[in-house]
Amino acid sequence: MSSTDRAVEAHGLVKTFGSHRAVDGVDLSVRTGSVYGVLGPNGAGKTTTIRMLATLLRPDAGSATIFGHDVGREPFVVRQLIGVTGQYASVDETLSATENLQLFCRLNGLHGAAARRRSNDLLEEFDLTEAATRPLKNFSGGMRRRLDLAASLIAQPPLLFLDEPTTGLDPRTRAQMWATIRRLVATGSTVLLTTQYLEEADQLADRIAVIDHGRVVAEGTGDELKASVGAQSLQLTLVDADDVTAASRTVEQVLGTSPVASPEARRLTVPVDDATRVTDVLTALRAAAIDLAGLSLDKPTLDEVFLALTGSPTDTDVTGTDDAGDVPAGDVPAAGSRTETRIETRTKTHPETRSDTMEVSA
Amino acid sequence: MSTRTLDPTRPTIVPGAQRTLRNRVTPGQTVRDSLAMARRGLIKVRRTPEQLFDVTLQPIIFTVMFTFLFGGAVAGDVASYLPIVIPGILVQTVITTSVVTGVQLREDMDKGVFDRFKSLPIARIAPLAGALLADVLRYLIATTITITMGLVMGWRPGGGFVGVALAGLLVVVCAWSISWIFAFFGVIARSASSVQGISFMVLFPLTFLSNAFVSVDTLPSWLQGFVNVNPVSHLVTAVRELAGSGTLTHEVGIALLGSAVIVAVFAPLAVRAYMRKA
Ligand SMILES: Nc1ncnc2c1ncn2[C@@H]1O[C@H](COP(=O)(O)OP(=O)(O)O)[C@@H](O)[C@H]1O
Ligand SMILES: [Mg+2]
Repeated sequence: MSSTDRAVEAHGLVKTFGSHRAVDGVDLSVRTGSVYGVLGPNGAGKTTTIRMLATLLRPDAGSATIFGHDVGREPFVVRQLIGVTGQYASVDETLSATENLQLFCRLNGLHGAAARRRSNDLLEEFDLTEAATRPLKNFSGGMRRRLDLAASLIAQPPLLFLDEPTTGLDPRTRAQMWATIRRLVATGSTVLLTTQYLEEADQLADRIAVIDHGRVVAEGTGDELKASVGAQSLQLTLVDADDVTAASRTVEQVLGTSPVASPEARRLTVPVDDATRVTDVLTALRAAAIDLAGLSLDKPTLDEVFLALTGSPTDTDVTGTDDAGDVPAGDVPAAGSRTETRIETRTKTHPETRSDTMEVSA
Repeated sequence: MSTRTLDPTRPTIVPGAQRTLRNRVTPGQTVRDSLAMARRGLIKVRRTPEQLFDVTLQPIIFTVMFTFLFGGAVAGDVASYLPIVIPGILVQTVITTSVVTGVQLREDMDKGVFDRFKSLPIARIAPLAGALLADVLRYLIATTITITMGLVMGWRPGGGFVGVALAGLLVVVCAWSISWIFAFFGVIARSASSVQGISFMVLFPLTFLSNAFVSVDTLPSWLQGFVNVNPVSHLVTAVRELAGSGTLTHEVGIALLGSAVIVAVFAPLAVRAYMRKA
């Protein structure tokens, strides 16, 4: 009855709020012992998906099993196998850290001395001992997240759902959270985490599903995903906006990929696999007498992954497959509907993302 | 139970497939989970004692206000009004307090911690039952203060300590049962303030159109019909008899039966609505 090698198996999950399909046919398959990243912008349906997998929300269609147990038919069994750390702290604000952990210990069947020992261990492990008796009101975002995670670990669940575990954390706290997640996996836990940051998914996850508008638009390893947009992305700012068309043509001739242009901002963005090719681009532009006001070379952002995946004419073919690497990179038609997708993607992603990268090609 | 026994020194996690899993919760666990939740409720009260203002101030204000306002008019003088009005205020105050249960539950449910409760392998009823159980403290406070105020103002109940204690207990039990109604509204309502609005709209006529403050035969006959079937009237009568003479009459039976019916209907409704809520 229980399958040992799949921690999560979901087929065609659908959740509709009113007329809005928040999750629109999501398939997921998570191998036991792995870290699985669900990557997508705000409103993509990540939280809704997790809530359905964690028995918090009933799917309108589709099915899901956790270690072979159906979330709809055996929710009580599933709840014994999972730990959930929500996007918004799911601990009690009026209680202290110790009181929170002891409450959840009791609810997990630990009483008296055993509950005290377990919560003390967790407080220590998560570096919360000093603040243990203070009211949570005074806790920083990072402390709250750590307490939240500690509370999810009381029963040592074999599967952990972490919904945007580092959103809103400063870089140092984020690195600590990453280390904690890695430690968890080392103890044999399976982790399904959601994130808006490609880098985070890339750092932590063995496999990544990219989700947008409630659909899985690509699935694969981090390398496969990044390959779909080139290893890096080159951004060129022109002196003269009239040069945009000519410059695009020149860049395409050199790199074989057409750049995304934004005439208003006099800017071109194009994925490059090999940084040394940038020299060729610059030489060709000089030869064409196109002057540059600036240039930068960056790692691909979620924006670019998205642009490549959702803006690609083959996006329906990519859905749910493992060969995201085959998606034509940067092959983006400037159709109106695609443009909308892009705007949304751009405005709701990583604060560290260069916000000017994805100016829309109207 | 084996999955719940943890060994913090064990370095690795038991794989999902190797765990002994239970398919449903036992009655014993239901009680333990509810008590753990009640404990949470009590800690919250300790943290925010200002939430007890209503159960401490309302009985004081109401006993003084009603007794001196209506004492002369209804019973001739304050002393002879006390045996009538103290049970009335007791019932009214404690039942009104049970509205707060629904309102607070609504506020509480909107917090993230309820998500965690739902994701835990605990009895579904525990988060609700625990919250309602913790509110018994509020009823006890309201009951004690109302009775004490009565005694201070000269109420000398003939039922003695036992009669008064039983009367108080009966009110607390009934209020707890009624709080399931408000818990249900609390779960299905959009906001805490709408629970409050709806609940008071129901409670005002129920508590005032009863025999709590006046004698039934002073009322027009059409109103007597309603007052006599009003469950609040039965509870008030039961409390008057228990406190006044220490006698257990059929009114007590009616009150307890009514409470049982309310719980039987509204507890499952509330729990189901709670589990449905996204
Ligand atoms: N309870 C709800 N009622 C109505 N709409 C909802 C609800 N929960 C989520 N949504 C909508 O569903 C979409 C997906 O939301 P969510 O799963 O929270 O996305 P994400 O976690 O990826 O940011 C959003 O458009 C959101 O507004
Ligand atoms: Mg979310």
